[in-house]
Amino acid sequence: MEYNILIGGEAGQGIETISDILEKTLNNMGYYVYSSKDYMSRVKGGHNFTQIRLGDYPIHSHWPYLDLIIALDEKTVKLHRDRLKPNGCILCDMSIKNEGANTLRIPLIGIAKSLGNPRMANTVALGAVYKLFGLSYDRAIEHLNARFANKFREENIKALKEGYEAVSQLFTMPQPSTVKNILINGNEACALGALAVGCAYYSAYPMTPSTTIMKFMTRYAEKAGIFVDQAEDEIAAINSAIGASYAGIRAMTGTSGGGFSLMVEALGLAGVTETPLVVANVQRPGPATGLSTRTEQSDLLFVISAAQGEFPRMVIALRNTEDAFYQTARAFNLAEKYQIPVILLSDEYLSDCKVTTKPYDFDKVTIERYLTEKPEYEGIFRRYEVTTDGISPRIFPSQYENVFVLADSHEHDEYGHISENVDIRNSMVRKRMKKMELLRKDLMEPDYFGSEKPELLLIGWGSTYGPLYEALRLLKADGIEAGALVFGDIWPLPQNRLLHYCDKAKKIINVEQNYTGQLASLIAQQTGIRCHGSILKYDGRQMDSYFIYKAVKEGDY
Amino acid sequence: MKNNPFHYDCEISWCPGCGNFGIIEALKETLEELGLKPYETAAISGIGQAAKLPHYINSNGFNGLHGRALPVAMGVKIANKDLTVFVNSGDGDSYGEGGNHLIHNIRRNIDITHFVHNNQIYGLTKGQGSPTTALNQVTTLQFDGVKSSPFNPLAFAISQDCSFVARTFSGDKVHMKAMMKAAIENKGYSLLDILQPCVTFNKVNTFKWYKDRVYYLDEKYDPYDKEEAFKKALEWGDSIPIGILYKSDKPSFIDRFHHLKEEEPLVKRRWSPQDARAFMDEFY
Repeated sequence: MEYNILIGGEAGQGIETISDILEKTLNNMGYYVYSSKDYMSRVKGGHNFTQIRLGDYPIHSHWPYLDLIIALDEKTVKLHRDRLKPNGCILCDMSIKNEGANTLRIPLIGIAKSLGNPRMANTVALGAVYKLFGLSYDRAIEHLNARFANKFREENIKALKEGYEAVSQLFTMPQPSTVKNILINGNEACALGALAVGCAYYSAYPMTPSTTIMKFMTRYAEKAGIFVDQAEDEIAAINSAIGASYAGIRAMTGTSGGGFSLMVEALGLAGVTETPLVVANVQRPGPATGLSTRTEQSDLLFVISAAQGEFPRMVIALRNTEDAFYQTARAFNLAEKYQIPVILLSDEYLSDCKVTTKPYDFDKVTIERYLTEKPEYEGIFRRYEVTTDGISPRIFPSQYENVFVLADSHEHDEYGHISENVDIRNSMVRKRMKKMELLRKDLMEPDYFGSEKPELLLIGWGSTYGPLYEALRLLKADGIEAGALVFGDIWPLPQNRLLHYCDKAKKIINVEQNYTGQLASLIAQQTGIRCHGSILKYDGRQMDSYFIYKAVKEGDY
Repeated sequence: MKNNPFHYDCEISWCPGCGNFGIIEALKETLEELGLKPYETAAISGIGQAAKLPHYINSNGFNGLHGRALPVAMGVKIANKDLTVFVNSGDGDSYGEGGNHLIHNIRRNIDITHFVHNNQIYGLTKGQGSPTTALNQVTTLQFDGVKSSPFNPLAFAISQDCSFVARTFSGDKVHMKAMMKAAIENKGYSLLDILQPCVTFNKVNTFKWYKDRVYYLDEKYDPYDKEEAFKKALEWGDSIPIGILYKSDKPSFIDRFHHLKEEEPLVKRRWSPQDARAFMDEFY
């Protein structure tokens, strides 16, 4: 059993505060929560909303149809009432005009005013929600206590209680689970993974939707004993992270497409100096400034080829809050193993969605640094020694007495000294690119779910994982033999499962949050396999499971 | 010189007579006289003739991208605060391509030394105007003269309360070494602008041109007097002051973070994934 709640209003009306409290208390009670945000790039006004899907089983996607709309303004009613289910209900203030029996108008503002602060209309509405679902508001009071300063604490608690009393129960909640889960979004999970695996340096320039990684890292910087810097620009952010990594600590930077564009030259610097580095690109729609607060998967072909010249790199698309933690941790180990930049490709949808997630197992995280023993000689280290597997020995400056390390953005010899020698150039290019061969052995194949004999094979990557997972269940219920292959590791492209299932399927459809079908292009380029159709969306709003289900059912691809 | 541990025997690609030769010799001697060992130092650079310096000295070194030496140096210093980190790059790299990093590392006061080899011209790319080339000076590109006014790095740094601002001249080794020593010893971001002739491309600001104009700040000069420092920084033309123009005592960037100041260098940090488990608590 599940319910879908939408909380909408203008920026500044406190949607985030009450949805945050509601989600947290529901998760804490043992329900599965999936909360997605839709917000504009402004501080006041406009139209923002949060959609909370909750149930007694794990949820992997947002859903188009609603049981309850909490409308803090009239626009919310007008924009979303068509999505209300037949038994659904709109909760709003008396002042909002809306015809129909399913509108529950209560004096949200009136109650807030009578308690001395009309701005608390949101808290009154929050109180009402607990009653509508027959839930206790005790945990919400704890949150209000923690969130508000003394002055506002008491009046907010009163507002919550009065809202609770203003309505009667409408919905019956299922029995919650007794398992304690966490409620986390993609960026927080990514930052937590980085902290766990020993990231000691995070430098970034604020850019939506990547900023919350930096925010989380900053919050724990002192406790973890690490350094987090708000750099003057993305160029400084990545170059200083490279400096820190060269000097021996795990370093990461994060940004969105625009900032990533500025980092591109330095990505090549990490490549040629073979400096381990993790870069998160939390995608938003481009080009240029694009849609700042919205989602897209349009940087795939960009990040796999960004920067002049050829050098090995790895790209991991984060698919969900599990991946965001474990794959971020894995990225640091791979970056050091192969001495390459590893790019984490996330997006606004994943970064902002808060999802009930099984608590992370920190025993599953290992720190593997692949540093070399003390050399038997003194002086300049043969940092770029040509080896059979392409991976050179690596130590960091002053790690060992009287041994020093040189790195160079130019082509260089085994010591890191600038060189234009033909033989050296050839051996260095081959040495670096050879690492790609070994890296392929470390690749994780895409996840597959659905029928083992699929008529129809859906192929996706990154954050469409959840919507695809649910869509497959809906299709199965309708007796459609389909399967879905969803890539996490995406560059170099793992091909075993891809070839296996493409061979079985009659139709191959790529499902992507972009216009050109970038994964389909990549697959065609790498394997010669061509998709027969595409389900694409590029309006900045993530496709949900129903969208995919409907497109497949109607043959709209 | 051969006994200097920083000395590295190699072919050097600078033009004969280039000011860079004097600068690197002075630097090697300074580092040795400070009692440092090559493995305890890091020479960071961007791109340009001056930026080739990490290849010509025994030291840890990072020859990075054009204009980006300062961020790399910052990352190195924060990772390992025990290292003596210095940047050698030219006027184009430091004041043009990397200008934004100059502003913000003055603000940070990160404990690194920035040696700007200022020859008022682009050397590596063959003679175009640099941010410090004089207005109307004819170059290989600006055949009708440079149309932008020159950047004044010292006045700029002083205006931003940079903790150490000095100027020296590559033709005066004794002075250069004294300035390098003071710059390295300053616990904060130190800017040392080194006037240097480009024998190939700058036919105006020659060795003689500098030699005839530079004069020492006298013993009575107080580098803590900001207004006086500003006046000195604006002095250019017939007479050019060299010496420590400005000093401002303030905590270095690392010392502004309690844990970075008190703990061992980050590179020696001990960490286990389990140590992060408590950071998950807020999500229950």
